[in-house]
Amino acid sequence: MSLLKVQNLGITFGGLKAVDNLSLEIEKNELYGLIGPNGAGKTTVFNMLTGVYKPTTGEFFLNGENLTGKSSIEINRKGIARTFQNIRLFGKMTVADNVMVGLYNQMHYNLVDGLLRSPKYFADEKEFSKRADELLAVFDLYDDRDTLASNLPYGKQRKLEIARALATSPKLLLLDEPAAGMNPNETAELMKTIRFVREKFDMTILLIEHDMKLVMGICERVTVLNFGTELAAGKTSVALNNPQVIKAYLGDD
Amino acid sequence: MKSIINRKNITRLAVAVAIWAVIALLMATGIMSRSLQSLTIKICYYVMLTLSLDLIVGYLGDLSLGHAAFYAVGGYAGGAFALYTNLPFIPTFILALLIGGVVAAIVGFLISKSILKLRGDYLAIVTLAFGEFIRSFVKIIRGLGGTKGLIGIESYSSRIVGFSLSYIVVLLVIIAIYNFTHSRYGRAVTAIRDNAIAVESVGIDIKKMKVLVFTISSFIAGMAGVLFGFYKTTLNPSDFTYNLSIEVLVMVVLGGMGSIRGSVIASVVIVALPELLRGASDYRMLIYAVALIAMMMFKSNPKLVKYTERLGAAVDNLKKSLTRKAVSDKPSSGGVSK
Repeated sequence: MSLLKVQNLGITFGGLKAVDNLSLEIEKNELYGLIGPNGAGKTTVFNMLTGVYKPTTGEFFLNGENLTGKSSIEINRKGIARTFQNIRLFGKMTVADNVMVGLYNQMHYNLVDGLLRSPKYFADEKEFSKRADELLAVFDLYDDRDTLASNLPYGKQRKLEIARALATSPKLLLLDEPAAGMNPNETAELMKTIRFVREKFDMTILLIEHDMKLVMGICERVTVLNFGTELAAGKTSVALNNPQVIKAYLGDD
Repeated sequence: MKSIINRKNITRLAVAVAIWAVIALLMATGIMSRSLQSLTIKICYYVMLTLSLDLIVGYLGDLSLGHAAFYAVGGYAGGAFALYTNLPFIPTFILALLIGGVVAAIVGFLISKSILKLRGDYLAIVTLAFGEFIRSFVKIIRGLGGTKGLIGIESYSSRIVGFSLSYIVVLLVIIAIYNFTHSRYGRAVTAIRDNAIAVESVGIDIKKMKVLVFTISSFIAGMAGVLFGFYKTTLNPSDFTYNLSIEVLVMVVLGGMGSIRGSVIASVVIVALPELLRGASDYRMLIYAVALIAMMMFKSNPKLVKYTERLGAAVDNLKKSLTRKAVSDKPSSGGVSK
């Protein structure tokens, strides 16, 4: 059974069909790309898969469980975590605290433990701040752990967002243009990190990306969207050479 | 395993006791004038009010203009309890404090439930209206004294007792707020201020957090109201106008929003200022206003901000060299990046 199954998913805003009849299946541990020109509806698909928008038509399943129409909170708890195209960090909190917020649902102590600082509080805080440090080390952010997130350079902010998403221990990770605004060196490094995350955490990853080098470098399969409809899907090299896809990106002639 | 009893906390406790001892000594020997003695009590409940509002404005990032309402609810609930029961003073005081806090917390809980969908200006206006509603409401309740007010709440046997009790309550509140803001709940709340959408994306229920903050905040504001009642012995609806809400908001903003230390310092300064300027009778409010404007302007002055940051860093370094501690072990970098 596939990890994520999307069936005829669609959404309309007023009269506009932003996404129409999208279906795809992602296997466990797969790296899947969602690509397409600007305004194709990629981020809208992410917003539906994470409960920000309620789909007008269709359904999607994680491990066979129907999550259509559930809230962002429930969907995250069921195992889908994401990053954002326009970085959304907790800017005035430290790097370590950003990850600690992601670990919130896995901590056990209650409000009274927190207010009175019971042994449970200390045990939990110690255990999870270690977990946070380990995650930060994966992304080479450990030395910045006490820096305010908004003071990080751009590339590191992107990485911190991924670390925070991973902190919720998801089954499926959605990355929205992880390489946006990065230089070629940073992008190459990010590719390594994404591959590493997949192996280390046995993660399934769905990513939106404009950087074709990154997509061809790491995605096994892709779905190409244009104006909200599927243009092509399948193995990356095949789908990207589809004449319709080339036309959508480069225009006629 | 960390313990609550460590050197840092013992030092903190020692400082707190020392501050109390100095003030109590000044009171007992009569060096402090009567008005200054009253001022110490006044500062205590203002610090509590400011801290409680800072939870909503500074940590959660919502603007509330009706904070005086929770203060009023707590004051009246605790005051009425003290007035209509016949217990020795200390049990009365403790129970009144709890009742005032709990009743205010219940009101805060209900209010926050009903305003969950509001944000920014809208929330500010609704809380403003709520503040006025509570004030008008206590006016028409005869059991609470109506417009004449609730008269005859048992007062402290002396100002030293009043100050000492208020001081203990304030310390407990500061500890509780510090612990809250350094728990997973506090982190979630601060995260909501920074980016609400991202908080939902990591599976945290924003609405629950907001209700929690409003409830805790109104509990503390309610207890502040009770302290006020015992200090003043009469409660009047005109004590709880929206002017008070604004005044407390000024303290929060001046204290640097989301800072416990800042809130405490700002409320001490702003409460003490008019009192200390009493000598300049006619120009008192004028000087107060000018001082307030000056503080606001200089607080955000980039040069001053840099200066205080440098000062803070210097203090931190000094602390580090004093308490030279083994550096915590760094987890091995398992990353591929590098």
